[in-house]
Amino acid sequence: MALSLHVNGQAHPVSADPDTPLLYVLRNELGLKGPKFGCGLGECGACTVLVEGSPVRSCVLPVASFAERVVTTLEGLGDADNPHPLQQAFIDEQAAQCAYCIPGMIMSAQALLSRVPEPSEAQIRQALMANLCGCGTHVRILRAVQRAARAMAGERRV
Amino acid sequence: MSGFSRRRFLQGCSAALVVGFSLVRPVSSLAAQALGADAPDKPIDGEQLDAWLVVRDDGHVVVYSGKVELGTGIETALRQIVAEELGVAFAATSLVQGDTQLTPNQGVTAGSKTIQVGGRQLRRAAATAREALRLRAAEVLGVPGDALQLHDGRASVRERPEQAVTYAELIGGRSFDQPVDRSAPLLEPASYRLVGTSVPRVDIPPKLFGEFSFVQDIRLPGMLHGRVIRPPITGVSALEVKIESIDDSALPEGVQVVRRGAFLGVVAENEWAAIQAARSLKVQWSHDVALPEMERLYDYLEALPARTSRIVDRGELHPQFEAAAQVLEARYEWPYQNHDSIGPSCAVADVRDDEITVWSGTQGPHQLRQVLAALAERPKEAIRVIYAEASGCYGHNGADDVAGDALLMSQAVGRPVRVQWSREDEHGWNPKGPAMRMRLRGALNDAGEVRGWHFRNWTPTHSTRPGPDGGDRALLAGMLIHGMPEFSRHVGGDRNAPIDYRFEHCRVEVNWLKVADTPLRPSALRGLGAVQNCFANESFFDELAHAAGRDPLQMRLQYLDDPRARAVLEAAAERADWQAARRGEQRWREGTASGRGVAYARYENENAYVAVIADVEVSERGVKVTRVTVGHDCGLIINPDGVRNQVEGNVVQAISRTLKEQVVFGREGVTSLEWGAYPLITFAEVPEVDIILIDRPGEPSVGAGEAASAPIPAAIGNAIFDATGLRLRQAPFTRQRLLAVRDA
Repeated sequence: MALSLHVNGQAHPVSADPDTPLLYVLRNELGLKGPKFGCGLGECGACTVLVEGSPVRSCVLPVASFAERVVTTLEGLGDADNPHPLQQAFIDEQAAQCAYCIPGMIMSAQALLSRVPEPSEAQIRQALMANLCGCGTHVRILRAVQRAARAMAGERRV
Repeated sequence: MSGFSRRRFLQGCSAALVVGFSLVRPVSSLAAQALGADAPDKPIDGEQLDAWLVVRDDGHVVVYSGKVELGTGIETALRQIVAEELGVAFAATSLVQGDTQLTPNQGVTAGSKTIQVGGRQLRRAAATAREALRLRAAEVLGVPGDALQLHDGRASVRERPEQAVTYAELIGGRSFDQPVDRSAPLLEPASYRLVGTSVPRVDIPPKLFGEFSFVQDIRLPGMLHGRVIRPPITGVSALEVKIESIDDSALPEGVQVVRRGAFLGVVAENEWAAIQAARSLKVQWSHDVALPEMERLYDYLEALPARTSRIVDRGELHPQFEAAAQVLEARYEWPYQNHDSIGPSCAVADVRDDEITVWSGTQGPHQLRQVLAALAERPKEAIRVIYAEASGCYGHNGADDVAGDALLMSQAVGRPVRVQWSREDEHGWNPKGPAMRMRLRGALNDAGEVRGWHFRNWTPTHSTRPGPDGGDRALLAGMLIHGMPEFSRHVGGDRNAPIDYRFEHCRVEVNWLKVADTPLRPSALRGLGAVQNCFANESFFDELAHAAGRDPLQMRLQYLDDPRARAVLEAAAERADWQAARRGEQRWREGTASGRGVAYARYENENAYVAVIADVEVSERGVKVTRVTVGHDCGLIINPDGVRNQVEGNVVQAISRTLKEQVVFGREGVTSLEWGAYPLITFAEVPEVDIILIDRPGEPSVGAGEAASAPIPAAIGNAIFDATGLRLRQAPFTRQRLLAVRDA
């Protein structure tokens, strides 16, 4: 029985075994590179995607459970021609070292900003607590999320 | 066009740097392919100028680097160096990196040597090219060479700038055919326009839009997915193990098992099937490994047979200790630590009858090729290793090993195979930053002067990388097939064991342990022994300062003559508003106490200078670092924001290592196999970081990739002592350890 996934505004038929964690389908069937494999245990956050706006660890949950849901990956936020404020802020702050964790950071931050448009630094730290970075880019990531929040607040006020 | 060969390396392809998700028979690095920079006859001998750079016929300059981008920004910084020295716009350059067919062998990308050594090699090549272009332009324009100015890809007459010729016209698409001139004149740093500016990193935007291909993202037509199945003696150093039997009755249909010796893998059509297959295989292993109890680790290490190397022996220690007013002794201990790459290691191999191609996040493509050749039993000329960036690399993680795994599986099944290690594979089997014990003894006289200093440590080598030792047995797969090699080199355990302080009577001894005697497989982790040795040296210096009743910053300055060393300390002290005092007077029992500590190191005693002041809060909840101030001097700065990013990363990662990280092992190997058992720093624990970069345009650039890690542990330990009067001598400084020291 073929599944259909709604990812980044498009419907995709999926041939994978329904038990397959969503991550492998996104990466191997849909060809998306934003969601990353980090631990397969839901511990590090590299695989984070948004499901109806909430952050979800795509490495642990079976694809079948996303059949009727709206999934957004890093690619769904913006692209080089039309970057999302978070992507732009991460570029402006040069908030990356290897950047392997950054897609997950951005997705978790987007979930926060859609819920709390003008978060305190403590709220940002809390929202990103379960996203691990091995390079020690944290200081810049915090600055980038604050910058994006300001940019998005500015857009709303215009 | 005399003087230049008409041999064409490159067609005038000006394809944009488009990195594809799926490749049709890719034989080149993605960048090389997109640049049309994949000519088979291009030299890679670093003596030849053409090995390093090519001017395409549209004037674009392709730079070839054997040093690779590990997430530190060197792709941008190396292009800055070449663009500056050659006189072209930054945007007119591109970099092809780490391809055994295209790029020179510049050794392993490690040891903070990419800018320091690799940058110098490229600068020399670019200067040679510039002077060759000057000569040619002088001939074409009919003026003396010194009447020309060379920038923005053209040579023009200084007095009549409209009289000009472009580099493309002079050499575009053709080879220089000349050696690199080691005496080619270099530009004066005072004239730099590009070097010394924070050019934004070129790799960041594609990484933020999901366009960048990490090695984990490479997909080939017909590619299968492989997973490894390892023996239960996880991560041990003396790897002797046999497979007694395999029960594959639960194996899904279509899955192939690959076995050679004790190497075992499964290959399947899709990734999830491979994961399930690896879980369903039942294997009986036999071994007789029994590691020492972890609680006894450091005594165990110290009792091992060792080869002692006395690397500093100055003055007469014995009389000084005899005559001392105070003698202090202490021992410091540092645990095994992991590489913290968030993405576990991955590689793709395509083994064919005529050639083998391997995509790898290795630090040393040429070095890896050598050992893969031994593993595949093929000449190294038949193998091409192409670098593809992996998740952050802080030394010798599983990147090389997984390339061997992928090669064996592809060789066995005759299709391209991608092998992705699991989190458990990585935590268990990535070579560990070695556990070490350091012992110190110091003599003070009545005046509080340091009269004697005696350092000893116990360490295996910090490098078991692919290299001269062991052939394919430097790879895990090779070890599982042939047994472990003898590692005869001694690397890294002596790093920063000597101190820069001007002590008249000083002895430094390194006790090298045999790899096979030590419990877990050791190798290079950021900073190598510098982190452990500086922890001991800089903590013990503070112990002496306290015993002498001295301010630890003032006492450091007293024993340092080098003005650059003094400058980083003074800069950090001024920024942090250091108040001179005898530290550690508080006696904490409960509640919250705050304190600050200082530490200093010159990396490898000859490279970057770093001073750190750490502020901490200590409570029953444990140690929290609240602020870190760094004074940093790495000579001429190529890209200030790039250096800042590296220093921040060093600070945060070193805090994580100091407060939290420790590999846990039992009698049969590593048991901390995921992030719960091996926790990393989180956003709640990240302090404010304040960095003062001291630029030295007149001094050579030295590496910034590791230096700032070295003084962090002692700065934190010294701050804890200041806050509490408690001296923590064993890392990590967990809450449990803090309370145990308090209650001891």
